[in-house]
Amino acid sequence: MRVKKIKTVIKRDWQYYLFMLPPLAYFIIFKFFPMIGLQIAFRDYTPRGGIWNSAWVGLENIIKFVESYQFERVVKNTFILSIYGLAVNTIIPIAFALIYNAIEKPRFKKVTQTIVTLPHFISVVVLVGIMMQLLNNRIGIYGILYENIFGVYPSDIFGEPKAFRHLYVWSSVWQNFGWNAIIYIATLSGVDAGLHEAAQLDGASRLKRIWHIDLPHLVPTIVILAVMGMGNIMSVGFEKAFLMQNNLNLEYSELISTYVYRVGLSGGTLSDFSYATAIDLFNAVLNLILIFIANKIARRATETSLW
Amino acid sequence: MQKTKTHKKKHFRQGRGDKVFNVVAIIVISLIVIIVLVPLLNVVAASFSSSKAVNAGQVLLWPVDFTLENYRTVLKYDSVWLGYRNTIFYTVAGTVISVMLSLCCAYPLAQRRFSGRKFLNRLLMFTMIFNGGMIPTYMVVRDLNILDTVWAVLLPVAVSFYNVIIIRNFIETTIPVELEESTRVDGCTPFRYFVNFILPLSKPIIAVIAMYYAVAQWNNYFNAFLYLTEKNLYPLQLFLREILVSSKFSAADLDPETAAAIQGLADTLKYVIIVVSTLPLMCIYPFVQKHFVKGVMIGSVKG
Repeated sequence: MRVKKIKTVIKRDWQYYLFMLPPLAYFIIFKFFPMIGLQIAFRDYTPRGGIWNSAWVGLENIIKFVESYQFERVVKNTFILSIYGLAVNTIIPIAFALIYNAIEKPRFKKVTQTIVTLPHFISVVVLVGIMMQLLNNRIGIYGILYENIFGVYPSDIFGEPKAFRHLYVWSSVWQNFGWNAIIYIATLSGVDAGLHEAAQLDGASRLKRIWHIDLPHLVPTIVILAVMGMGNIMSVGFEKAFLMQNNLNLEYSELISTYVYRVGLSGGTLSDFSYATAIDLFNAVLNLILIFIANKIARRATETSLW
Repeated sequence: MQKTKTHKKKHFRQGRGDKVFNVVAIIVISLIVIIVLVPLLNVVAASFSSSKAVNAGQVLLWPVDFTLENYRTVLKYDSVWLGYRNTIFYTVAGTVISVMLSLCCAYPLAQRRFSGRKFLNRLLMFTMIFNGGMIPTYMVVRDLNILDTVWAVLLPVAVSFYNVIIIRNFIETTIPVELEESTRVDGCTPFRYFVNFILPLSKPIIAVIAMYYAVAQWNNYFNAFLYLTEKNLYPLQLFLREILVSSKFSAADLDPETAAAIQGLADTLKYVIIVVSTLPLMCIYPFVQKHFVKGVMIGSVKG
């Protein structure tokens, strides 16, 4: 009976499955195979033993990481950097969208939107390049202005460990706030104009209407994006942090992901695949837990959730 | 008619505080626009200035000692050309592969009738919140024997399920189920339905997704960085990394005369390289902006 059912389904849907074949192959090879490869986190990987036959060591690698002096540093750096980034990168686009939405000059708005979304398309490499040039303490615009105001050249900001987080977060604000605001702006355009008119008749100022009409309207969108952001908290970008790293700021700029690279791939033959994978796995699981918690809280508090 | 008039009147009477707000709002937004523009203008200005002016820290928003010499020097720099050529190849080939795979994935997932739909949706969604990570993925690429080939740049990032969701949502919300049902009754197979109806009706979203993939591929350095050691295959972004971040101008690429000059020029040339590498996207963007915005909107419909 069951077999017969499966047969009819396949007969009916085989063309759909044929469509799925190439993309499924992609997902299996590049997404699910690596998941199988994750088991080397629990093994002592050797090229000869490979994924399946290297010696099984259980949690040894993960314990080694948790007990290492790097553990506290990289977890803390990753955590602070992403929470800081998530908060700022959520608040600023919302604030921008609310103000932008209140303006009633279509041409001005259109030009504005084009300009503020433009930096989104700059690559990370070029972004870091721009930062290094502009914040150069002698020839950059930062150095020039500082010298004009205080009469001396500032110290090299890229060499200051404590500046790393601010540079990282605010450069991504500069690059992405306009892009991130698009979704809020679009949501705001869906606010019922009647609400505003009614509130206006009751004497509500524009500011009050933003607070009591516009902002509540954004809440579901904010929640969804925040939950998704929480899910990415521990996976904060390798790409940019790696480019911004130098020997002087490592204390603040070494993240879990950059550390994984350092342990696993940067050392040539010395690379410890198992240890690096264990660190990465620790990170990914933490990530997964965070997204579940965030989703649960969101569902309780606002009845909006990812699933 | 009468009604709108009173409306307008009220609007006016209430408007004084709001007018102040409006002015403040415009000023705030204008300031923000200036903050966004200043770094860009500074880079462009410096790229047209003499290296003497740049090194003396004289360039703010307007070129000092206007010159095109910097651009001439950069155009002699072979790596930039090579990188450009490779990147154009990766972008075109990558976009074609990505769009085709994503369409093939999104189409069945958008069909209510398709039996594997729910399971596959969940399964693939999982790849968005969990993945094997850097080392296991590297090992897969290595075991496929595609390290140091163009495939290592093109394949590992070929499909983003997020983009698949955008296409799927588009098909689900804009193409009526009845169309599929009635054509099926008339004997149209899923394959013919795809070619004759889905493809032509999905043109707008295909354009959006193609642009997303193209931008991602154009700006990507991570894959190439991990999987390539062969310089001839480097995309532009990797050369940029060497030049901008690691400050390596490889003298081998240049004749001795230029190599000597370059030492003093290095910083100015970086500005030029930033402009040269970013200009294409910046110029195209304003014309296709509305498509990008549309993509954000469709993607935001709950997965």
